[in-house]
Amino acid sequence: MDFHIVWVYRHLILQGFLVTVEISAMTIVTSTIVGLIAGLLKTSKHKWLISPIIAYVEIFRGSPVLIQLFMVYFGLPYLGVSISMFNAVLLVFTLYSGAYIAEIVRAGIESISNGQREAAMTIGLTYSQMMRKIILPQALRVILPPLFGWYISLLKDTSIASVIGYTEMVFQGQNVINMTDRPFEVYLTVAALYFIISYPLSKFVDWMERRRAYA
Amino acid sequence: MIELSNIVKSFGKQTILHNVSLSVKKGEVVVIIGPSGAGKSTLLRCINKLEDIDSGEIVIDGERLTRDKKQIRKLRAEVGMVFQQFNLFPHLTARDNIALGPTYTLKQGKANIDKIVDDILFKVGLLEKKMSYPGQLSGGQQQRIAIARALAMQPKAMLFDEPTSALDPELVGEVLNVMRDLAKDGMTMVCVTHEMKFAREVADRVIVMVDGRILEEGTPETIFTNPREERTQSFLRSILQKN
Ligand SMILES: Nc1ncnc2c1ncn2[C@@H]1O[C@H](COP(=O)(O)OP(=O)(O)OP(=O)(O)O)[C@@H](O)[C@H]1O
Ligand SMILES: [Mg+2]
Repeated sequence: MDFHIVWVYRHLILQGFLVTVEISAMTIVTSTIVGLIAGLLKTSKHKWLISPIIAYVEIFRGSPVLIQLFMVYFGLPYLGVSISMFNAVLLVFTLYSGAYIAEIVRAGIESISNGQREAAMTIGLTYSQMMRKIILPQALRVILPPLFGWYISLLKDTSIASVIGYTEMVFQGQNVINMTDRPFEVYLTVAALYFIISYPLSKFVDWMERRRAYA
Repeated sequence: MIELSNIVKSFGKQTILHNVSLSVKKGEVVVIIGPSGAGKSTLLRCINKLEDIDSGEIVIDGERLTRDKKQIRKLRAEVGMVFQQFNLFPHLTARDNIALGPTYTLKQGKANIDKIVDDILFKVGLLEKKMSYPGQLSGGQQQRIAIARALAMQPKAMLFDEPTSALDPELVGEVLNVMRDLAKDGMTMVCVTHEMKFAREVADRVIVMVDGRILEEGTPETIFTNPREERTQSFLRSILQKN
């Protein structure tokens, strides 16, 4: 094993690492917003809104994100819609992750007993006051551990964007391999860099779950 | 104060309330008794619109209820409800449980709310538990806070759905005492309860519900010592055996 070669190309790998962190952070923010809204709508009483949300969630959870990426990046131009690579990646990962987060949010909200809703109604709270003051604060304790668990998956899933040529960490790793022919060392380095972010996150999830168990 | 006429309520194909009519005067205390599944909870829940009725009319303090959301919210602010399972908000202190309604529904200022909270906590004898969370309180204390939460809305009437049946026997008394005080203060009350001693002391009228209908009604004296209906007699026997 010769990690010296990795050190020589450290700038490329670091560049990829930063892109991975950037796209992950951005999709975490955007898909959390999408997922929160979709999850809230799914638990609302507006029947006409629920069906399209269910369709959205099932479609994006029921197909490989790779295919979603191909359809948006390679497929849309055939329909006359041109989209940059960055926008395609951001859009697809936002919708894909938003669908999973919607389910996490829905399950969290539904875990709060109906008695809480009714008690909120009997003191005259509006739906949005009830959600903000009673349901969401309690649901959040249920939602946060799986949500952060999902963020870890999302971080790793963004590596799929390398397939369409997005210059995140795996793509840059492959570049380095092409130049050096040292796949093992390079992939190990890349894996270690994913681990550096995901391990603290997963410890954080453990901590949240332990705290919830005692509370 | 509360006028129900010909209330019909079904869940799916099952009719739970058959043409129930009931009138409660201002300051009156009505106790509803009856076997499990008779529709007592459903009736209370219809009064403050936790359930929609199929037909019939509900008039609260001269105002006929519609499906208007604003009106329903206003009505709920005027009619307090106490549940068997307390349903306190576990993530809020006793103070915040009580203050929520006055803050958001009655839109009171902070100074006013502090006074409301203190007065009511004093009334239910839990001033020292102001900053406790529901999980730190006994069942009886939780139910008293739940009553306080409803009272903080300064309601015109209070509905109680078996407020003591989830409590250990030794904690029942403290909740009934609070309800007794309320009745003395002239609160209009509809209570579903099987606490016969309480009903005898406090109720102006006892209503016997069976199978979604009002079977008979009368003063506690009449119902408990001289019930007309055979079903009332057998129900009272079954309660006495349990106690
Ligand atoms: N949300 C609901 N959906 C379907 N059926 C219901 C619902 N709520 C109540 N019921 C049915 O309505 C009937 C009356 O219920 P209700 O809770 O009003 O009775 P109750 O007199 O309060 O009984 P208990 O003494 O056990 O509390 C029961 O047969 C019950 O199964
Ligand atoms: Mg009941």
